[in-house]
Amino acid sequence: MTSNVSRWALLSLMLLLVPFGASAEWGALNMPQGVTEISNEVYTLHMRIFYICCAIGAAVFGVMIYSMFAHRKSKGVKPATFHESTTVEIVWTVVPLVILIAMAIPAARVLIKMEDFSDSEMSIKVTAYQWRWQYEYMDSGVSFYSQLEPSHNEARQMGSDVDLEATFSPSRKRGDSEGGVYLKEVDNELVIPVGKKIRFLHTAADVIHSWWVPDLAVKKDAIPGFINENWALIEEPGVYHGKCAELCGRGHGFMPIVVRAVPQEEFDIWVAEKQLAMASVSEQADRQWAHQELVSVGEKVYQANCMSCHQAEGQGIPGMFPAIGGSDVATGSIDKHIDTVMNGIDGSMMSQFSEVLSDADLAAVITFQRNAFGNNTGDTLQPSHIKSLRNGVDIRAPESVALLPDTNTTTGVN
Amino acid sequence: MSTAATGYYVPHDARWPIVGSIGLFIFFFGFASWLNDGAFGKEMFFIGMAITIFMMFGWFGLVAKESEAGTYSPQVDASFRLCMMWFIFSEVMFFAAFFGALFYARTFSGPWLGGLGGGGAEMTNAVLHTGHDYVWPSNGPGDVGGKFVPMGWFGLPLINTLLLLSSGVTCTLAHHAIRAGHRKPFILWLLATVTLGFIFMGLQIEEYIHAYSALNLKLTSGIYGSTFFLLTGFHGFHVTMGAVILLVVAIRAMRNHFSAENHFAFEAAAWYWHFVDVVWLGLFIFVYLF
Amino acid sequence: MSSNDVTHHAADDHNHDHGDDHGHHGPAPGLMRWVTTTNHKDIGTLYLWFSLVMFFIGGAMALVIRAELFQPGIQIVDPMFFNSMTTMHAIVMIFGVVMPAFVGLANWMIPMMIGAPDMALPRLNNWSFWIMPFAFTIMLSTLFMDSGGPAGGWTLYPPLVLQMGDSFAFVIFAIHFLGISSVMGSINIVATIFNMRAPGMTFMKMPMFVWTWLITAYLLIATIPVFAGAVTMLLTDRYFGTSFFSAAGGGDPVMFQHIFWFFGHPEVYILILPAFGIVSSIIPTFARKELFGYDSMVYATASIAFLSFIVWAHHMFTTGMPLAGELFFMFSTMLISVPTGVKVFNWVATMWRGAMTFETPMLFAIGFVIMFTVGGLSGLMLAITPADIQYHDTYFVVAHFHYVLVPGAIYSLMAATYYWLPKWTGNMYDEKLGKMHFWISTIFVNVLFFPMHFVGLAGMPRRIPDYSLQFADWNMIATIGAFGFGFSQLMFVYIIVKCVRGGEKATAEVWEGARGLEWTVASPAPYHTFETAPTIEPSTVTR
Ligand code: HEA
Ligand code: HEA
Ligand code: HEC
Ligand code: CUA
Ligand SMILES: [Cu+2]
Repeated sequence: MTSNVSRWALLSLMLLLVPFGASAEWGALNMPQGVTEISNEVYTLHMRIFYICCAIGAAVFGVMIYSMFAHRKSKGVKPATFHESTTVEIVWTVVPLVILIAMAIPAARVLIKMEDFSDSEMSIKVTAYQWRWQYEYMDSGVSFYSQLEPSHNEARQMGSDVDLEATFSPSRKRGDSEGGVYLKEVDNELVIPVGKKIRFLHTAADVIHSWWVPDLAVKKDAIPGFINENWALIEEPGVYHGKCAELCGRGHGFMPIVVRAVPQEEFDIWVAEKQLAMASVSEQADRQWAHQELVSVGEKVYQANCMSCHQAEGQGIPGMFPAIGGSDVATGSIDKHIDTVMNGIDGSMMSQFSEVLSDADLAAVITFQRNAFGNNTGDTLQPSHIKSLRNGVDIRAPESVALLPDTNTTTGVN
Repeated sequence: MSTAATGYYVPHDARWPIVGSIGLFIFFFGFASWLNDGAFGKEMFFIGMAITIFMMFGWFGLVAKESEAGTYSPQVDASFRLCMMWFIFSEVMFFAAFFGALFYARTFSGPWLGGLGGGGAEMTNAVLHTGHDYVWPSNGPGDVGGKFVPMGWFGLPLINTLLLLSSGVTCTLAHHAIRAGHRKPFILWLLATVTLGFIFMGLQIEEYIHAYSALNLKLTSGIYGSTFFLLTGFHGFHVTMGAVILLVVAIRAMRNHFSAENHFAFEAAAWYWHFVDVVWLGLFIFVYLF
Repeated sequence: MSSNDVTHHAADDHNHDHGDDHGHHGPAPGLMRWVTTTNHKDIGTLYLWFSLVMFFIGGAMALVIRAELFQPGIQIVDPMFFNSMTTMHAIVMIFGVVMPAFVGLANWMIPMMIGAPDMALPRLNNWSFWIMPFAFTIMLSTLFMDSGGPAGGWTLYPPLVLQMGDSFAFVIFAIHFLGISSVMGSINIVATIFNMRAPGMTFMKMPMFVWTWLITAYLLIATIPVFAGAVTMLLTDRYFGTSFFSAAGGGDPVMFQHIFWFFGHPEVYILILPAFGIVSSIIPTFARKELFGYDSMVYATASIAFLSFIVWAHHMFTTGMPLAGELFFMFSTMLISVPTGVKVFNWVATMWRGAMTFETPMLFAIGFVIMFTVGGLSGLMLAITPADIQYHDTYFVVAHFHYVLVPGAIYSLMAATYYWLPKWTGNMYDEKLGKMHFWISTIFVNVLFFPMHFVGLAGMPRRIPDYSLQFADWNMIATIGAFGFGFSQLMFVYIIVKCVRGGEKATAEVWEGARGLEWTVASPAPYHTFETAPTIEPSTVTR
């Protein structure tokens, strides 16, 4: 009979709650408490409004369910005839209002605190690209790109036979051969000192992205042509993971963020090392490279920067990303090829790599493309050539990208 | 079939709607292909447009015929009125989107790019758009479309304002005439309105030519050019529509379709005309004057 | 009972008319009947079938999404195609399922509820429907074009959406096309409600469904054109070199978001207000007790509609709005809970001390009230700006809006279908199957959407085709729920088809506690009803 249907169904609905309740790691199901004062306040606020909502739910559903059992026709009750009561209606308009005010006051307080950008001690400009982050330390001149760790990038390609569970299980630390948490590791971490109020300046070069690190309770959109401010003050050293949180195209799911908070002294050492490394990169451009060296470095650069679109075997995706193997550009005039990679193609997803990659990396990847995937041109492109081009070619600083008329208007009748 | 005598008129066998759907389908499909230089885009665009216009004449013609035949009760008339009223309201909201864009650009994004206002505005200007000062009219920090001269309010725009305002007056005079049952003056005032409308359009074209050739003011001239041409352009399109409708009404008037009591087609056209008028006032104030 | 007077009245009229000139009254034969029809019931039927078909198309896309998310790693679709599934799923569900289904119900029920012979503008009505299949042909055809369907999310944010290939223009024009249909449909409803009420049918005698639709129609007329404007600007930015959404030219990508959400937020109430109306019809029927607080229901609906225009930026708390803006939009958003609460409390009070039975429509209505409230409460949490900065663009948001949309709007549609199906077809549906449909759906819909709260809070962003291993378990469960819920909807189709083809004959009143004019006419409702307006006395029960 139908009532049996209902009873059976109600029972199984309740059984459903068992896995929810039995789940061992409640912590993994809730908002992280985070490691800053703000994140803790947000967490507290979240829990408070959550409990209030639960209480409201319990009250409303309680009355409803009681009524459903007590006031049913099968029990022989006669329906009452009342259908309005001004008093009751005023009560249930005012009481929710009061509850809302009780929620709004602490919320406003936290919000005001979050929006206080004054007295920051250090600024980092974060520029979002499809699909990587650029971090520029405004005080020390350190600047680098950060993107999904290549081994993860490989594993996440369609048809890759990497065993995710074995390679990237949450328990594996980064540095165990490959490891790290799947899709959460980057090649270059953002390193910041603890105990300092750090101001982030967010912008983007192509489309809107959003820089989100849950443990810091910061999420701010990176909007091309505009700068949004944001700040964090971390007390505890540690590694905090985040993600791009605004749909930004094909690679949106693959734009992780890693923030490593370290003591000041460690940070200073890191900065010094970075500055040294940057200097040596520019030296690299001046020496003669061997063909094979370029190809093998180029392969790595390709995997890190180009593969997400042009694919592992250089076959591209028909209708979306052209193949590199057999491409007119990669087998034709090398100048055209260099121009394509350095300056990108206006109005397409092929962005300019001149600022993203060093002279050596550019030369390497171009050499690689011209000698891989069946492109047997035999060409060798020296980094010094790129370096000399940099002065002549119209190379845009990443900041100014957004200034240019044609970046956002894309193809078509202009 | 219900007729005015027994109740609300419910037509049967509506054939024009499907024609309209097919027409618009071809039109939109063609337009989209055309924008992408696709095959037959342009052809489809014009064929679709032709079918749609054919549909409008057919449909409105049918309604006119039914109206002449006395099929419509006052209640049907009221439905038409409500329909027209809220259609105009929806048009108002369409323009509101573009006015909204204008206000937003002028009060928020423009100053923000120029470093004014709180939050990240200062850094936006200092880091991304060094040296850019915001002044309206603006084509942005990228100087998109190159230097241009904004359109002044004196001259053509002012003349156009006066033209359109007086066309509102002639339109009202036409209304008074028909209500008093004076057919001749009605037609004359109507034709005067239409004429003013077409002169307005002529001058508007003149203004565009002037903008493109002498002022270097183009659709591509940054946000100023974008808002200027889209607002005035859509308005101009509506003026054209309104004038054509009024012209059709005038022709129908010559064929003696209207009486002192029954002239809703004219009234609908007149409402539309006044709406176009009011939008222009908004344009004149916010696009040209300030 | 005074409503009985009307019964005889209307039935008499009907027979009388048929005797008079039969030829004009029956539907024209063949396919052309449906193409050229001006009958509100035919058009309602067309809308309803259309949206049922679209439900399976949109649902199939959701199943593609869920299948890809079954396990971490990318197994079955390219990320780009995944994104276009997400986008198209939302567009189809919102513009192709919920909106047309509500319009279909409005077509069927409003004239019958207010004692009108038909919609005010029957030809226009035909056009409003016959745009839909054409517009969706354009929309869906983009999936088969070289550059693929829209993949920037249903919110169409520039500059991302401007990166789309050639099919972009088709998407924009399809939206324009759909907009024409919505605006004309709404105007028709407004004109019908204002102009076609039977004598004596005052505004305060109208059923809640009519009221909620009246207000919804205004939301549509006011916001769809704004949306049309917004996408027009996208089009000119893409093809004609304007700079609305580009900083270089002095525009701002965020400006699009403001314009979009000025439409988009009222839009979500467009998707729920008629549902409120449906539930307000069903609960009194099965509680055998008049709707509690009718007047306050009307005012609450109007307040929700008004507030919906001033809360839009709660979708944009992370875009870097000034503090004052954030505070304003937080407070105004929270305020919406008050009128919505009034509605929920009124439903509960209607049930209180009624004499309830739990036929399928009632089950779906109660399911609606409970699960909509769950979604509403998570909406309230989203309104709290500091917390939303954590929730934004995570699966917590996805959980929120699916709770208000699926066990919300979709449940109300199912409730309405079961409630009025006997009136439409003249046959009772299979009650036992209906109940099974309810329970299976309810179990699976919670398995599907409840875990999304957890993964969202734990940090899973939305619109991603692949995720970290820590989210694997709950995503697997959600996918199982999705397939369970999806395939159990085949039952719904089966029940409807079975009912259309035959079954126990329904009486005119159908439900013991039903009130309103639609129950005074025979089942199935004759092709033409109320050709002569019924007389509504102050004592006549009409709601
Ligand atoms: C039917 C559709 C529908 C409905 C009715 C709602 C209702 C509400 N929504 Fe929802 N919302 C969506 C559809 C809907 N939403 C969609 C589709 C999105 C995502 C869009 C996208 O990005 O793609 C979204 C996103 C969304 C956001 C943005 C989240 C983000 O992206 O960061 C916010 C933030 O404020 C929000 C808030 C609310 C609120 C406060 C309500 C309120 O109306 C809810 C009111 C109801 C209740 C509160 C429960 C009942 C009340 C009581 C029992 C009384 C007691 C209550 C109190 C005392 C408080 N919604
Ligand atoms: C009314 C609106 C509505 C409805 C009803 C639904 C219904 C469903 N939605 Fe949807 N959804 C949205 C509106 C809606 N959604 C919106 C607005 C978004 C945001 C989009 C964006 O981010 O831009 C979204 C996004 C969204 C996502 C997030 C995607 C992402 O962020 O990447 C997911 C993921 O699980 C999802 C799942 C589902 C599922 C499983 C259902 C189920 O209820 C579906 C039930 C399934 C069926 C009914 C299918 C039945 C099919 C068969 C049985 C197969 C047979 C097939 C044929 C006969 C053709 N939806
Ligand atoms: C975001 C996706 C994306 C990434 C990452 C990317 N490309 Fe491209 N690339 C494209 C697209 C899209 C085109 C086609 C542009 C067009 O023709 O409009 C293209 C075109 C090219 C071409 C010209 C091919 C031809 O035959 O037309 C070359 C060469 C090229 N890319 C090299 C590279 C190199 C080298 C890298 C990495 C350093 C790279 N691309 C990274 C998207 C990308
Ligand atoms: Cu970058 Cu999403
Ligand atoms: Cu909203």
